[in-house]
Amino acid sequence: MAGGGFHGGIHPPGSKELTSGCPIERMPFPERLIVPMSQHLGAPCTPIVAVGDHVERGQLIGHVEAVVAALVHAPAAGEVVAIGAALTPAGVRTTCVTIAVDPDQDPEAFRPTEGPLTCGGDMARAAGLVGMGGAAFPSAVKLQPPGHTAVDTIIINGCECEPFLTCDHRVMLELPERVVAGARHVRDCVAATRCVIAVEDNKPDAIEALRAVAGQDVEVVAVRTRYPQGAEKQLIFAITGRAIQPGRLPVTVGCLVHNVQTAVALVDAMEDRKPLIERVVTVSGAVGRPGNYRVAIGTSVEALLEFAGGLNADAARVIAGGPMTAQPLGVLDVPVVKGTSGIVALTAAEAAPIVGSDQACIRCGRCVEACPAMLHPYAIANYADRRLWDGCERFFASDCIECGCCSYVCPTRRPLLQLIRKAKGALITRGARS
Amino acid sequence: MSDTEPQAAPRPAKVPPGQMEPLAHGREVVAGPHIAARTTTSHIMLLVVAALAPAVVWSVVSMGLPAVIVYVSCIAGAVGTELLWNLVAKRPQTIGDGSSLLTGLLLAMTLPPMTPWWMCAVGGIAAIGLAKMLFGGLGFNLFNPALVGRAVVLLSWLGIMGELKPYAGGWLSALSLPASGKLDAISGATRLALAAADRAAGGAYHYDLAAQYKPLLLQNLQGCVGEVSALLIIAGGLFLIVMRIVDWRIPLGYVGSVAALSWAFGSDPTFNVLAGGVLLGAFFMATDYVTSPITKKGRLVFGIGCGVFNAVTRFYGPMPETTTFAILFMNGLAPLIDRMFLPKPFGWTKPAKAAKAHA
Repeated sequence: MAGGGFHGGIHPPGSKELTSGCPIERMPFPERLIVPMSQHLGAPCTPIVAVGDHVERGQLIGHVEAVVAALVHAPAAGEVVAIGAALTPAGVRTTCVTIAVDPDQDPEAFRPTEGPLTCGGDMARAAGLVGMGGAAFPSAVKLQPPGHTAVDTIIINGCECEPFLTCDHRVMLELPERVVAGARHVRDCVAATRCVIAVEDNKPDAIEALRAVAGQDVEVVAVRTRYPQGAEKQLIFAITGRAIQPGRLPVTVGCLVHNVQTAVALVDAMEDRKPLIERVVTVSGAVGRPGNYRVAIGTSVEALLEFAGGLNADAARVIAGGPMTAQPLGVLDVPVVKGTSGIVALTAAEAAPIVGSDQACIRCGRCVEACPAMLHPYAIANYADRRLWDGCERFFASDCIECGCCSYVCPTRRPLLQLIRKAKGALITRGARS
Repeated sequence: MSDTEPQAAPRPAKVPPGQMEPLAHGREVVAGPHIAARTTTSHIMLLVVAALAPAVVWSVVSMGLPAVIVYVSCIAGAVGTELLWNLVAKRPQTIGDGSSLLTGLLLAMTLPPMTPWWMCAVGGIAAIGLAKMLFGGLGFNLFNPALVGRAVVLLSWLGIMGELKPYAGGWLSALSLPASGKLDAISGATRLALAAADRAAGGAYHYDLAAQYKPLLLQNLQGCVGEVSALLIIAGGLFLIVMRIVDWRIPLGYVGSVAALSWAFGSDPTFNVLAGGVLLGAFFMATDYVTSPITKKGRLVFGIGCGVFNAVTRFYGPMPETTTFAILFMNGLAPLIDRMFLPKPFGWTKPAKAAKAHA
């Protein structure tokens, strides 16, 4: 059933009204950009520039031969002043190229990607495209499915089910033609027949804007507003009624899902040969000027927050992404990367309380009801707490999609997701050892 | 450029579990999700107390001081036991979650108004001490604490409990209570006992079940404190279902199977649902989270199991009031029922066949 649902899920307060009316605003280049060589899932890139080099905007600065990887380009013209390990929003140290940005440069000019690029997959690789919804999986890999698999349906994911985030909403509202064009490109890359743009029904203006330009060949489907509607497996089930087996990829049911901003970036890459060097980021919560900002990759969160009016005095927790799945930021001197969809400052009253795992489960069943993967989170967490990995395996801990619904609904505030992550990690380690 | 890492700051001596030391910019860093629903355990407990409140108030208005004494001594026994247990065991104090308050309240509602205060207190102590704290506190008990308390009181003083007369009620008559606690009353037995006697005698007493609907629904003084008005218990139960605190499957399975079996055994289904504490048990006792199954299917099985046990023992047992033991029996089976309905992950298919299956 199109526009239908999936099992479980939650309905957290959207908190989107803070920024959903804020048009995308370009943030001027900061003085300095810190560009990580690994902003994606897969092999990290190696810098191909040296300290002292001058780089153009869009020039390739990080390269790697591995297939599962995304190339890195200079987000602004300037001089390379340092190459060394620095923190990313994920809290890991990775090689970064630091660029001192040239003042007074044309913010729109860039060096197009080079080489004989024959198909969309090649162009996506040359442009360093990754999934911009947060997972940062290299897009070129998804656009070049193995020969024996057939994709008949592609879905452009405009659900944006995370609270606070509105960057995809604004992109759909302001650039509907680009989104629709991106959907067609994705469809043509994999020779699919059905082309869907899925938007949660809390964004009627975006649905209307897309339908006005979509034409006959692109379906704009309103899906139920419910977290995690934008999770890949849940969205595919809602749109096509096809359930992906645990541990398998969407391609096994003939589907391919790309985020809205990834689709737009694909249009940029294919029509303008523009690499992925900037993105729209929602800055929301306890900040002076919440809004949606077009930000150069590598801009520090500190500079972005300053541009957005600075943190309010009551901001207790700063996170990179939507509050259900975001990484917490221990330091603010980390760069915005390709997968950064938002920077949200939560007040102490909004933020989930910090508790230990000594809170006993009262077996209320809320986590079982909320789990979109149809697991029993309470049971996995109880086993994980006691380091009984066999029990975790029997309750399918590895099939958890880490959406966080269980922790959200738990009335005793047990850290269910953390415990399940612990179980998943232990099962992977154990599997690798045996 | 120097490659030396900055020295790690010395860790504070002891960080409370789950917390981290404040970082350079003075903001907390914890794993997500970073927002949480507002409902907590104590909210849930207080909502259940609120759902019981009309029935409690009405029982006090109808039965007067004896009901107050039963409520106060049960709650004091229950909450006091948890308080002392935590103090002696040097554990964090947990009475704030409201669960022992609810246990005491529910225990009181299962006792007759003339139950001596010390028996009520022992019931409260047994409910919390024996059924809950001994098992590890909230979340770890296997059996419903309030019902264990009632079972202890009932079986320890079977003679006294049998002799207790129902009480005509009212605040004025309460002032002239005889010290023994035994009273002459309008009738010596509960409606359910009368119905059972009539049935045993082959209908010789012509006990009219249909005529009992109205008093059972509105004001029944020949039963326990919590049985004064079935209507208020139903209203409270429906409130909890609407508020999504309890799953409708347990009360529906319970009440439905009691009604169906009563009809099958040739009795009046409506009377059998209204009498004998079935509604209090179905809406407020069997739905206890800790002691009932966690899956939806399991809850339906559990509710039906309670109803079947209750109805069968009511008609073919030594005494008609078996709600307590029906639920306690099924509490013991709850873990096994959960095991009947192990989860199948989303998209899971039987390894043998490739056919798609989803719920």
